[in-house]
Amino acid sequence: MKVTMFHFMPYRDLPEDFPRGLASAWVDAPWWEYGDANKVTDYYNWSIDELMLAAKLGFDGIGTNEHHQNPYGFMCNPNLFGAILAKMTRDQGLDHVALVQLGATVAATSPPIRIAEEYAVLDCISGGRLVAGIPLGLGCDANISYGVTPIEQRERWREAVDLMLKAWTAKEFFAWNGKHYQLPKVNLWPRPVQDPHPPLLVPGTVSSSTWDYCHDRNLPFAYLSYFGGKSADNVMDRFWERAAAKGKDANPYRASFLQLVGVAETDRQAEEEYAKHVEYFYHKLLHQPTYQIAPPGYSDYKSLLNVLVSGKNFLQIGDLSIDLKPFKAKDMIEKEFVVVGSPATVRDKLEAMAKRLNVGHLMVALQFGSMPHGRAKKNIDLFGREVLPHLQTIWEDQKWENPWWPKRLRNRTVKQREFATA
Amino acid sequence: MATPSIKTIPIRHCNFEAKVKTAGSGPPLVYLHAAGGPIWDPFVEGLTERYTVYAPHHPGTGETARDSIHAVDSLWDLVLIYDEIFDALDLGSVPIVGTSFGGMMACELAAHRPERVSQMVLLDPIGLWRDDAPVAPYMLMPPEKLVATLYKNLGSPAVQAALKMPDDPKAIAVGIADLVWSLGATGKFVWPIPDKGLKKRLHRVKADTLIIWGDDDALISSVYAKEFADRIVNSRIEIIKDCGHVPQVERLEAVAPLVTNFLHA
Repeated sequence: MKVTMFHFMPYRDLPEDFPRGLASAWVDAPWWEYGDANKVTDYYNWSIDELMLAAKLGFDGIGTNEHHQNPYGFMCNPNLFGAILAKMTRDQGLDHVALVQLGATVAATSPPIRIAEEYAVLDCISGGRLVAGIPLGLGCDANISYGVTPIEQRERWREAVDLMLKAWTAKEFFAWNGKHYQLPKVNLWPRPVQDPHPPLLVPGTVSSSTWDYCHDRNLPFAYLSYFGGKSADNVMDRFWERAAAKGKDANPYRASFLQLVGVAETDRQAEEEYAKHVEYFYHKLLHQPTYQIAPPGYSDYKSLLNVLVSGKNFLQIGDLSIDLKPFKAKDMIEKEFVVVGSPATVRDKLEAMAKRLNVGHLMVALQFGSMPHGRAKKNIDLFGREVLPHLQTIWEDQKWENPWWPKRLRNRTVKQREFATA
Repeated sequence: MATPSIKTIPIRHCNFEAKVKTAGSGPPLVYLHAAGGPIWDPFVEGLTERYTVYAPHHPGTGETARDSIHAVDSLWDLVLIYDEIFDALDLGSVPIVGTSFGGMMACELAAHRPERVSQMVLLDPIGLWRDDAPVAPYMLMPPEKLVATLYKNLGSPAVQAALKMPDDPKAIAVGIADLVWSLGATGKFVWPIPDKGLKKRLHRVKADTLIIWGDDDALISSVYAKEFADRIVNSRIEIIKDCGHVPQVERLEAVAPLVTNFLHA
């Protein structure tokens, strides 16, 4: 299994009583009341250092993403961070590690070839280590913060991805006369190192349209759930059902799963150590109403009806419309929203989860919420030494190819990984 | 009571298959619905007593194909679709009644083809913007807040009747999906700020216009009544006391005679 350390880059010091009377932590939290640029100086630098530590410990990938106008995570352009990480990993001889940009939102960037260029830059600086995430983007980011019309977002996204692929690969000048984008002459400089282009990755949640898009184009899907493997069965089962229906095999590398993880010496220590950071993440940072995640028009009618008719049974607890405040850390650990425990506990739970959901890529968030830099480093270190090597062997005994990972990093052997961890 | 039927009209523009709900007898009148989708309420029912009411469904809503909205790229397309619907219905010069988003569309049609609109009734229309009185972001609200933004007297029997949900859970789910999609399909022409240049076009309107506004409209303040009146040459304002954004529901007894008297004058 390929394991990536993923970072949200959150605001780590919101006051006890946050979010007080705010309707949402996103868009509605005033910077002038809560934000301190001097603290943010530390957050950005710590986050980069935490990802670099993961790279040193032999993780397969390090990942960043794009969000706006909120304390949950505010890497407004993940490629700024990707560029820093590309250069630092290269200079420090860590070029086993993939840059998983999960990623820049093409539909909210105009023109979208800007992202094609930036991704190409990252692939060049890193020497061909980019995984190019193509998120649709949340409504709060694309529609509210960036003003994209909700009902156009999905078709803009599809057009932008098509344009990006053509801009990366065309061996001729071309004019783009699209519905949403028009460009008189495209001749992208630079192009990616990876030929024909970096592997794509489609992050998403419960949209059946997104799953179909993945299967129709033979692309991998990253399920960005915050509710853990236990509640992901329904979603991943449907993803695999649709794969089968469209004649796709059950190659686990088609799927990727995001998981918050906290490791300490013992289960009890881990619960004590991470409880407040878990509550901070779910109660403060995920304080967000559905009308912001998906304003009217954002979800296409078929997906909307699918979710509404299936009701709560479909998502079980994996539904951001439920109030998370009554859940204490203990409940959320028990329900495995977060996987928290000793290295052995975490190993077992993640292995069981990966096998049950049939996922070949795992993304772990090892800094979440208010977790301070020191604790985050300890978490990454413990995970990297005691959990990671075990997880990396999962699926290796099977015949599956992984065409969705940078070519030069695909055949990294166990021995090379041991060398990195030594 | 007139039993409404649905007319299907294939439109050349955008290959849109239009659906127009119609009932009543007498001279034609066009009714344009709000952002939440087509509703055939007691107010519209009342209009059918003296008029043949034509109520086109906005692309993607009501009886139309949900995906048809994706072929309508711009407000310009939408205006031309209505123009072609009017052609197909053989409407020469016709009165239009429009509510909220429908009021904005009535103004757009009357500005585009002034000779085609004989009279206009606007019920709390959107389409203009004042920084000191921003239009409430009605697409970004939880249901309970949206309802409280639309109506002043939530407890009144008329409002309760308008908000009544079906009993069957499946029908409720479909109803919610339709409502959300209607907000998205109409929102295509007003996102993110419902100010798409109507202020530059309203001077072209020739129709005699009655502007009706709920005094306590929390979605778009009644100060906008004057903004519309200042730009539409032949217009007058009626403010309905103790009333929110949907006067024809909340204060039907006051609104119906105003509209009838205006149209017959």
